[in-house]
Amino acid sequence: MKLNSHEFRSNTLPAAITVIPAVAWLAFFVAIPLVYVLVMSFCSLDEYYNVAFQFTLGNYADLLDPNYVQIYAQSIVIAALSTAICLALGYPFAYLISRTFGEHKVILYMLVIIPFWTNSLIRIYGWRTFLGASGFLNAALVGLHLVDSPVDFLFNQAATVLGMTYDLFPFMVLPLYTAIEKLDEAQIEASHDLGAHGLSTLFKVVVPQTVSGIFSGCIMVFIPSLGAFYISDILGGGNSDVIGNLIQRQFQSGNNWPLGAALSIILIAITLILVKIYQSTGGDMESLGV
Amino acid sequence: MAMRRQLRERLSRRGGIVYCAIIYGILFLPIAVIVANSFNATDTKPYMTWKGFTFAWYSKLFSDRALLASFGNTMVLAIATTVIATVMGTIVAVGMYRYRFRGKGVIDALLYIPVVIPEIVMGISLLVLFTSIQLPQGMLSLVIAHVTFCLPFVIFNVRARLDGYDQSLEEASMDLGANKLETFFRVTLPMLAPGIAGGALLSFTLSIDDVVVSFFVNGQTMTYPLKVWQSIKSGVAPDVNALSTLILAGTVLLVVLTQSKLVPGIVAKLRNRRAHVLRARVSADESPVHQKEEL
Repeated sequence: MKLNSHEFRSNTLPAAITVIPAVAWLAFFVAIPLVYVLVMSFCSLDEYYNVAFQFTLGNYADLLDPNYVQIYAQSIVIAALSTAICLALGYPFAYLISRTFGEHKVILYMLVIIPFWTNSLIRIYGWRTFLGASGFLNAALVGLHLVDSPVDFLFNQAATVLGMTYDLFPFMVLPLYTAIEKLDEAQIEASHDLGAHGLSTLFKVVVPQTVSGIFSGCIMVFIPSLGAFYISDILGGGNSDVIGNLIQRQFQSGNNWPLGAALSIILIAITLILVKIYQSTGGDMESLGV
Repeated sequence: MAMRRQLRERLSRRGGIVYCAIIYGILFLPIAVIVANSFNATDTKPYMTWKGFTFAWYSKLFSDRALLASFGNTMVLAIATTVIATVMGTIVAVGMYRYRFRGKGVIDALLYIPVVIPEIVMGISLLVLFTSIQLPQGMLSLVIAHVTFCLPFVIFNVRARLDGYDQSLEEASMDLGANKLETFFRVTLPMLAPGIAGGALLSFTLSIDDVVVSFFVNGQTMTYPLKVWQSIKSGVAPDVNALSTLILAGTVLLVVLTQSKLVPGIVAKLRNRRAHVLRARVSADESPVHQKEEL
């Protein structure tokens, strides 16, 4: 490339000045740390439990421990159930607030966002206060003589699924809302006019046009629910650990960081595979996210 | 035929209202529990049984220095994060849009990583980095971490605004004798303002709410969510509920105040829409259906 001073001053130099700081930031605080985690997953521990740069595949072998495998399976089941419930409840909801009650959609949309303004930990704790043995729901059930003694709602997988579904529900609704809002009303009417009844219009006209929203919603729920250790910790009480709990424990003081790094690589791999599938179905990366 | 259709529409509309009400009820339920519990006169763990109404937790809150300090830290952190991420993100979004260079795809890939990877992976990867470069963990490491996960959102927001951007206005500004800097501050920036504001607001929200990433890189510095985590582990004292209630009330107030110009706008827009819908229905030679049924 010939050095052209005009080109340099009008394009290369300003491009460098504007773009380099943020790119350097991302390289240093996103890319390098991830490479570091990858390297660490092949490191060993010395006798003082410090990370030693000695190559080993031992951490990956440790991942096959049946206790861990059981937790991966449990975590995937919890994530899949949460995603399915979010979709089943969220699709009709998004349809209603964006179209059926479309004249109020700004306010209805805001009402989905507002719960976000309270810290998610506090909201999850609110569920615990509501569902706990001495919580409000049990007090009401016992008070109304519907049950004799408090029901154990907490500290099981169902409670964790509830927490994940609750916490991630908006991430399902928002992409669905965007996709459903863009639907072409004329096509729905045409389908009705041509004699299709509600369900067949839904599955042959509405759903196919909103597939991208469905996929991005599912990704935005599924991936975080593999890692959200605080929800299973507060509501599941250790009976429904997800992959995130395993990682968090390894990175607590004095534990096995290389093993935690290897577990993280698994989580990254699952994420990459899902994102690849999403992209191959024509998904747009920018519609992921909040 | 028309009557049956009307009846069906009315019924399905009713069902829709009930369904939405249930969903909103569930979304707000735990918040209502928190607000209620902040007035709960119970003094025995786990602070869940309703024992009557009190303001005691609110007065106790103002003597809980650790809790107030954690809230102060969260505010400092969120403001620093928002300023840095917004400035840096806006500049790079404009730069990427305006100038030609190679590797834009690589930058995009870098931007998507923090958005899609689970927060815990981001947290531990930064912990590993900070430990290896021996960066002391505290406010500085928290700011770095928060800017890192907020930056992509600012860039996406500004970029969305740039997509519908009319460059001829900038050309006009230059033709009329403004220099590049003047043009940037007086033409480009005002046009991008909604995108920048959206990115800043999102950064602030993400930062004050973050538990997972902060959990790994906070060192000795307590943020408000981390303090909440600590309290939950030891059975939340209701003064945490009191602070959360105050924060929620403050945010709602802030939004209502800043959007108060917006609210009449929305109302006017909705009214226009409704008039438009009505007109469409009348002209379609059908009786307007059940205006009263609307929420």
